[in-house]
Amino acid sequence: MIWNETKECMSRDEIQTLQSARLVKMVNRVYHNVEFYRKKMQQMGLEPGDIQGIEDITKLPYTTKDDLRDNYPFGLFAVPESEIVRVHASSGTTGKATVVGYTRRDIEMWSECVARVLTMGGVGRNDKVQISYGYGLFTGGLGAHYGAENVGAMVIPLSTGNTKKQITLMEDFGVTTICCTPSYLMYLTEALEDAGKVDKIKLKSAICGAEPWTDGMRNEIERRLGITAYDIYGLSEILGPGVAGDCEHHTGLHVYEDHFVPEIIDPKTLQPVKEGTVGELVFTTITKEALPLFRYRTKDLTSISYDKCPCGRTMARLSRFQGRSDDMLIIRGVNVFPSQVEAALLELGGVTPNYLLVVDRINNLDTLEVQVEADDNFNFDEIRELENMTKKITRTLEQALGIAAHVKLVEPKTLARSEGKAKRVIDNRKLL
Amino acid sequence: MLIKQLSVFIENREGRLLEVTDVLAKHDVNIVTLSLADTSEYGILRIIVSDPEKGREVLKEAGISAKFTEVIAVQVPNKSGELQHILKVVSDAGSNIEYMYVLSTGINSSVIVKVTDTLPVIEALKKSGVTMYTAEEVYRFQA
Repeated sequence: MIWNETKECMSRDEIQTLQSARLVKMVNRVYHNVEFYRKKMQQMGLEPGDIQGIEDITKLPYTTKDDLRDNYPFGLFAVPESEIVRVHASSGTTGKATVVGYTRRDIEMWSECVARVLTMGGVGRNDKVQISYGYGLFTGGLGAHYGAENVGAMVIPLSTGNTKKQITLMEDFGVTTICCTPSYLMYLTEALEDAGKVDKIKLKSAICGAEPWTDGMRNEIERRLGITAYDIYGLSEILGPGVAGDCEHHTGLHVYEDHFVPEIIDPKTLQPVKEGTVGELVFTTITKEALPLFRYRTKDLTSISYDKCPCGRTMARLSRFQGRSDDMLIIRGVNVFPSQVEAALLELGGVTPNYLLVVDRINNLDTLEVQVEADDNFNFDEIRELENMTKKITRTLEQALGIAAHVKLVEPKTLARSEGKAKRVIDNRKLL
Repeated sequence: MLIKQLSVFIENREGRLLEVTDVLAKHDVNIVTLSLADTSEYGILRIIVSDPEKGREVLKEAGISAKFTEVIAVQVPNKSGELQHILKVVSDAGSNIEYMYVLSTGINSSVIVKVTDTLPVIEALKKSGVTMYTAEEVYRFQA
């Protein structure tokens, strides 16, 4: 089943014609409504008229997460605030969130994109979809929710946590599809096995995203639960989940090019790379009303192919992600920058900003250990004092990062000192 | 009466305590007594040595951080009720005992005590007739 065959199966020519028309329109609108981009274009000597079609996209300036933060909260919005019907936000590196907004039409477009992904995953009006992504400022929960409603499925908005309840309702309601992070699905798989419930549930598919996973993990989940698992990709700056998704052939993530134009660039030279070459993924939104972005640098490393998929869809496909061009970590679906840890520790005082993040996956759940040096500022004569300090650091980090971390005190001057690029992260998860 | 104790933060891993004692032995710093408090991840080694300044210096050179903590060394005659008497004096002085450990001094024992307010406790103990060792006496204890 294809949700929107007219769009999803367009020929390359049709796609480019549509993209050209939409890009020209969007550049005009942005130039006149967003001061940030107008100034940037003026500095570059670029006028809206210089963008005649999709081939001119490389003339446009790049946008980074910093640009969003610098214009916090609503500085990049291209519509009056009265047009905004929803905002979401993700945590930023310095405590300031990255805020994204949506008009009513943006929400409709978002539901359309998620509906396409769900349909690719075989979800239809007869399905019962359990949404186990977090609801709230995070785009995962509500994004998947609206898409599932759009396909006409029965939606069960469970959000995250309370695995026991998740299992009970999954069994009692006869849930057929679950939307959650891959690591949570692995965790749930074990819980279902322990409870002897695998044969009692009616689950047939899972739509997983918000963190990287491997084919090995997918196969493992599919084998143990007897389901098919699909990948959904997105980022809040561009939309949220639903920018791309994979089909039953698992040939890569189909990007909805009628709304988002992907490019792959060399993160050092910022020049586009040849088709099939790995580089940094960049997106230009061409239909977003509230927050249109030119060439947003995702920092995700991947490659693109444009050949037709056996499923019949024609849009560009992204290969498996190969990591990031910055130091962002995705832990339990949450974006974590090592610099956030540093900022939190500095703010706390009494601790050296010498730290090491050790990320691992234990029992299929991501764990984060933060090693901190107990330096001379510590009163390390008393265990009680040290324990208080550990608790204080744990609380501060949880507030700053949005996830719990295990804080481990280590001897002073044992963590590597910064010599050029300090090693701040050890990631023991086997993902790629 | 104030005795300088060295507090060393050490990670709970093999051979780490040995490294500390090794450094001290090499530099001829005698450990008079010690106590080790531990958690699952780290421990705190508290030591009274023959020369605290030198001890701290040589440990630092070896990359081991040590802090000074002021403690007192109280003699406890080997008779029932003696420790209880000392504790009562400390308590009456409005101070709290953070920790204590034994200092072996032959037939009679002594305890190294860390209290919240050291000076008032020393005064109170003196007044009640309890004997304490001076720092020099403690540092010189040796077989």
